[in-house]
Amino acid sequence: MSQKPIDEITGTETTGHVWDGIRELNTPLPRWWAWTLYATIIWAIGYWIAMPAWPLLTDYTRGVLGHSQRAQLGDEIAEVKAGQSALAARTADASLADIRTDPELLEFALAGGRSAFAVNCSQCHGSGAAGGKGYPNLNDDDWLWGGKLAAIETSILYGIRSDHDESRANEMPAFGKDELLAPGQIDAVADYVMALAGNGSAAAKGKAVYDEHCVACHMEDGKGNRELGSPNLTDAIWLFGEGKAAVVEAVSNSRRGVMPAWIGRLDRVTIKQLAVYIHSLGGGE
Amino acid sequence: MAEKPAAPASERAPAAALETVETVDVKAVNTRDVRALYKKREKIFPRRARGSFRNLKWAVMAVTLAIYYLAPWLRWDRGPLAPDQAILIDIPARRFYFFFIEIWPQEVYYITGILVIAAMALFLFTSLAGRVWCGYACPQTVWVDLFLAIERLIEGDRTARIRLERAAWSLSKIAKRLVKHVIWLIIAALTGGAWVFYFADAPTLFVDLLTLRAPEIGYITVGVLTATTYLLGGLAREQVCTFMCPWPRIQAAMIDEESLIISYHPGRGEPRGPSGRGGKRDGLGDCVACNQCVVVCPMGIDIRDGMQLECISCALCIDACDGVMDRFDKPRGLISYDTLANIEGGESTGRARIRWLRPRTVIYGVIIAIVGSIMLAALMTRPALDLNVLRDRNPLFVTLSDGSVRNGYTLKILNKLHAVRDYRLSVEGLPGARIKVIGRDDGDAVFTVRPDRLASFRVFISTDRANLKGEVTDMRLVLTDRQDGARADYETNFRGPRR
Repeated sequence: MSQKPIDEITGTETTGHVWDGIRELNTPLPRWWAWTLYATIIWAIGYWIAMPAWPLLTDYTRGVLGHSQRAQLGDEIAEVKAGQSALAARTADASLADIRTDPELLEFALAGGRSAFAVNCSQCHGSGAAGGKGYPNLNDDDWLWGGKLAAIETSILYGIRSDHDESRANEMPAFGKDELLAPGQIDAVADYVMALAGNGSAAAKGKAVYDEHCVACHMEDGKGNRELGSPNLTDAIWLFGEGKAAVVEAVSNSRRGVMPAWIGRLDRVTIKQLAVYIHSLGGGE
Repeated sequence: MAEKPAAPASERAPAAALETVETVDVKAVNTRDVRALYKKREKIFPRRARGSFRNLKWAVMAVTLAIYYLAPWLRWDRGPLAPDQAILIDIPARRFYFFFIEIWPQEVYYITGILVIAAMALFLFTSLAGRVWCGYACPQTVWVDLFLAIERLIEGDRTARIRLERAAWSLSKIAKRLVKHVIWLIIAALTGGAWVFYFADAPTLFVDLLTLRAPEIGYITVGVLTATTYLLGGLAREQVCTFMCPWPRIQAAMIDEESLIISYHPGRGEPRGPSGRGGKRDGLGDCVACNQCVVVCPMGIDIRDGMQLECISCALCIDACDGVMDRFDKPRGLISYDTLANIEGGESTGRARIRWLRPRTVIYGVIIAIVGSIMLAALMTRPALDLNVLRDRNPLFVTLSDGSVRNGYTLKILNKLHAVRDYRLSVEGLPGARIKVIGRDDGDAVFTVRPDRLASFRVFISTDRANLKGEVTDMRLVLTDRQDGARADYETNFRGPRR
């Protein structure tokens, strides 16, 4: 070993590194400190053996203790589920109205509903339930099939135009595509529908077409019929877009959305929670 | 600081007896020729020092330990709805109580202020008088001092301890060691035990701990702190200060040539050497090379090598040297608190000139005063009511069937009073605003908040579309206490469709 230069002031040898005339001291390390480092290295080796550590090509070393964070999470979820079983059982027995008035069940329903909504409903209705063109906004006070708790639950259970026997369903004819109405008639009835909502004045020609072809579902006053799921044409909410062009498009080609039935996919408790959650968003009746 | 006038010569031992002062065979742990690449720890057996600084350190130890052990037991009446412990860090309820001060999580800036003041005070004291914190008040110093006192009590002073260390294992050695470590462990357990009382009601927790009903984390905390106290205070001791603590490295930036530090005066002391026959000191300085300053040092260093990072400024070497100087009938202060400027200026003793006012001390002082005033002002004007508003972002707004526009808000109302309060919400800056509170069917915008609580409410505000000038309308939500009219407001906005 070659002789390292010694710093005169401290008597400590230096590393030989010099920066702007400043030499780095090679200050002695306490021996216990070095032993601590070796101990951590030994600990690391033990840890590799005991715990999952090394990635392999398709797998990883599992470790002899069999520790797995995923399994741990599974256990924790099972534990939480077990802890919720009493509340879930009470939710199953309670009516929707009872759930709303019981603070404990309500809190459980809102939390469960929020998470179930995020997983199952947000794809179409949006994470804030604001919907989009063709997908109803669940925050507002306009309901195609009714905004009471029971009506919301029915919609979730059996869906809209789903393949379930109990499904809510209706069908508006494609007046233009199927040549039931002439383009001029469609234009006139669109003007009439705009007038119903307070935009423009109604013309007699449009009213005649409306009375013949639309009244059965949308009713005389244009307010629709929730029994049939026919939309209210007099309000400010337009599922398939605002303005006359959108109305012409709807009358000509007919537009309809589909919502699956959730019975069988989600358990009854979750569906109840979803109904209460959606009812709470601001439009519930 | 002990700067006692030297006692008249007649009161002290005659000079003839001085020849008996022996030179202790001791070497500083960091002296040049014992340095190596990997260094085995050298055991230090500090001798008990006697003198004014030793007494001061006993007093500081008594006061700091008393504060630590007794503070959680102090009571402070806050009414029936709040804990009555004067100092309490209530983690589950997210509250920090300190006598009349009560800090909520969103007021952590008070803690920041305290930490700024603490750091600046540390800088100020260090620039004035070196590492006084390290020497007197640092928990490491206090507990090591306590553990050393126990060691001395059981095993005797330095010489006896060295003899015991070198002796073969015998029953008496085992017994002494066992008693020492058991007492150390008891102190360590009490230290850890006292710590947890700051986090829960002390009398209740004390009973719970003894009856094994305390929460698991309590026992874990006590156990960990017992281990660290025993390890750091009893076993590691000076190693903590020299190798683990960053402060010795930082201090170099705090100390200047005008700071008071523990200093040996080489101009007066050198050349050192034991007295010749008849106490003759021909050509020698005042240092009699007795090495007493080294043997009392808890860090095991030789202060005569000058300022060094191991020195914690405990001043015990001053006591030791003063004692020797007294016996030699020489003035005290061969080792004393002095400034580098004075030592290099050739003034051998005393604090001939100390500049307390220097740019850095003034700046530290001014910062402490500014931060302190800001904290005080903030504390005095701390509101008892606070409002935070979260606007719904998804959806940004909802169009209702009658064409009006609705926005959702979550109100977080903080009632810091220890009484139930009702607050009325009003909207400023939004024409035709209608407020609907979720869960209230009477249409009243009144919120009841329980004492000392944060409560959260959902509110819908709607207005006719015609009232909106653009996509965003600035508005203010105002909360008014129905009892005393206290107000809190929050600037937010109302969003609507593009026009």
